[in-house]
Amino acid sequence: MASIPQAEAGQFLRVNPITCVARGMCAELLPEQVKLDEWGYPILKGDPLPPHLVAHARRAVAECPTLALRADPTPRG
Amino acid sequence: MNEQVLWFAARSSGMVSLLLLTATILLGILGPLRVGSANWPRFALAGLHRNISLLTVVLLVVHAVTIALDDYVPITFADAVVPFVSQYQPFWLGLGAISFDLILALIVTSLLRPRINLRLWRSIHWLAYVSWPIALAHGIGVGTDATGPLGLIIAGLCVAAVVLAVILRIIKRDRPPIDFAPPKPAPATKPVGAARPAPEPVRRPGEFSTRTR
Repeated sequence: MASIPQAEAGQFLRVNPITCVARGMCAELLPEQVKLDEWGYPILKGDPLPPHLVAHARRAVAECPTLALRADPTPRG
Repeated sequence: MNEQVLWFAARSSGMVSLLLLTATILLGILGPLRVGSANWPRFALAGLHRNISLLTVVLLVVHAVTIALDDYVPITFADAVVPFVSQYQPFWLGLGAISFDLILALIVTSLLRPRINLRLWRSIHWLAYVSWPIALAHGIGVGTDATGPLGLIIAGLCVAAVVLAVILRIIKRDRPPIDFAPPKPAPATKPVGAARPAPEPVRRPGEFSTRTR
């Protein structure tokens, strides 16, 4: 079974704006890195994940109802 | 030990399963409506949805095992998962088996959700709306306590709650985050002597914005 790479320290959170449905759980679970815009869509901080937030980031990624949140080794650009 | 303990356990676990199943489907219906507050954040309600569903499976296993072990009615372990083969009330027990199988499919696909196709998960998860009424029909059809006053009250409350939640979900269903309708033209006539420009229309969530994300 192909396994999803888990979020690691130093990686960057990315959101797929097409699949995101603005449920807002990522901002509840990881407020250090995710804020919501006025329509409830996530705005990511864009910093690499610090080690102490990795567990929270993994949970936020797993809880996303449309799996729109992912951790990526490369920054956005 | 009371020799009827298995029989009573089977009956009561069935009744509790209905309550847990109803709680699960209610939380599932309300999730996409973004129900939540500071004290009950959405992730906590989503976690409740998952944990109650897992608890439901445990209760259903207790329900099936106790009724299979009990010899008051000729029900076997196979009857819990294979529909319509039972010697006793094959139709109503078959509904229970179908519902149990559907619930197992829902649980397994949800536990594997990050690893399988999301559309597959979603289409299977819609089966919750099939499994719940089938489970309820199983309980009413074959449940010893279902036709008593308490059983009818419980079943009625469960139906009312789920129907209400479904109606809410349909009324307040997800709307596209962007309103693609063309903006209404501004009124052409300007009051004479109006010095101030018209105030900016207040944008509500869901309305069109030119801001890029």
